[in-house]
Amino acid sequence: MKPYTLTVSPDFMPDYIAGWYIFNTWLQKQLGEAIHVELYNDFASQREAILRDEIDLIYANPFDAAMLVREKGFTAIAAPLNKPDEVVLAVPKQSAVQSIDELAAGLRISRTDDPDVNLIGMMMIESANLTSSNTDVQLVDNYVLVAKALFQEKADVGFFLKEAYHNLSDFVKGQLRVLLTSEIHVVTHVLLAGPRFKDHHDRLQDLLVTMTELEKGAGVLQSMGLDGWKQQTQEDTEFMIDLMDTLQ
Amino acid sequence: MQDMHLDDVVPGCVSQTLTYYDGTERQVLVSDREVPFPEGKLIVSRTDPQGILTHGNQSFVEMSGFSEAELIGQPHQILRHPDMPKAAFKDLWDTLARGEKWTGYVKNLRKDGAYYWVLATVVANVRDGQVVGYTSVRRKPSRQRIDECIEQYRQMIAQESA
Repeated sequence: MKPYTLTVSPDFMPDYIAGWYIFNTWLQKQLGEAIHVELYNDFASQREAILRDEIDLIYANPFDAAMLVREKGFTAIAAPLNKPDEVVLAVPKQSAVQSIDELAAGLRISRTDDPDVNLIGMMMIESANLTSSNTDVQLVDNYVLVAKALFQEKADVGFFLKEAYHNLSDFVKGQLRVLLTSEIHVVTHVLLAGPRFKDHHDRLQDLLVTMTELEKGAGVLQSMGLDGWKQQTQEDTEFMIDLMDTLQ
Repeated sequence: MQDMHLDDVVPGCVSQTLTYYDGTERQVLVSDREVPFPEGKLIVSRTDPQGILTHGNQSFVEMSGFSEAELIGQPHQILRHPDMPKAAFKDLWDTLARGEKWTGYVKNLRKDGAYYWVLATVVANVRDGQVVGYTSVRRKPSRQRIDECIEQYRQMIAQESA
């Protein structure tokens, strides 16, 4: 039988790549099933794989949850503990801008292809009458390059996943200033399982929510940069999808 | 819905009568004090299909001036401000009935008589093909758009009263 395929939202921190492979090894042992890890460089190529029905388990960006749940029949399993997706809007340290309301048309925005960060980031500057039509969006490959665009003054504001911002080196952060941090609390990555994995949903959920108590579980979580998992009901995920829908 | 009480409101409030779509009335006490939208936050609430509040996040509770216990089980229109035209809410319900999401600028009334402006988006919660409720998410509005709405809503209310 073809092994199941696990993938991870491409916006995970590079420091934790090995952690996801360790998690997969742990999970295969616990479930007694063959699971293969497939990582993608960007969201577009991951979505193509999802549309080709090549994915069975995914640590999904909340932006993609709507398509996975409502179009592909994925089921909510768990969400990471204490890890909401919050967004930092940062400016060069010497920028004269002190508040969102001071941002003006023609704003140069540096950002990655991270879809929920971009959605929340654009929502946060909307109160200054800024949209994609009167701003200059510069797409870069990662958050270090977003920071670089700021301190080289090639961009006026950068959109960061909060976790990524705080993982920047002190030297880099020392050249930036946080303009605003979102406090949304309810938008989070979520682990979803596809229809082919249906027979293992309950067992998988049990394993994840008790992972900190299981053999080697705490160490595996640490290698992924997670505190643990909490149960995510289908309604929890449907609610988050509705919320994301209101922001688009 | 209960009338507002002088004990709950800030000084200088003016009494007005709100008439809802079903003909029921409520005495409200209205101040000219505006409470700014909290930076970086979203105000989120959910209702059942009849518009009765079932959930509200911390920002929703804090901005309303009520306690969570006072809000849950109440009609969402407990936040209705007399400066909002009836036509805005008719448009909201007509839009939702068509299966579309509604977005608009809304002036909300707090328990203490003060007010706050929001940019609100409301979507139906559809589960297994059935509408089981509505989610409303409010974000910080543009001051320029608020100023435009103040005048527009004033004209709409004048037409409704004529």
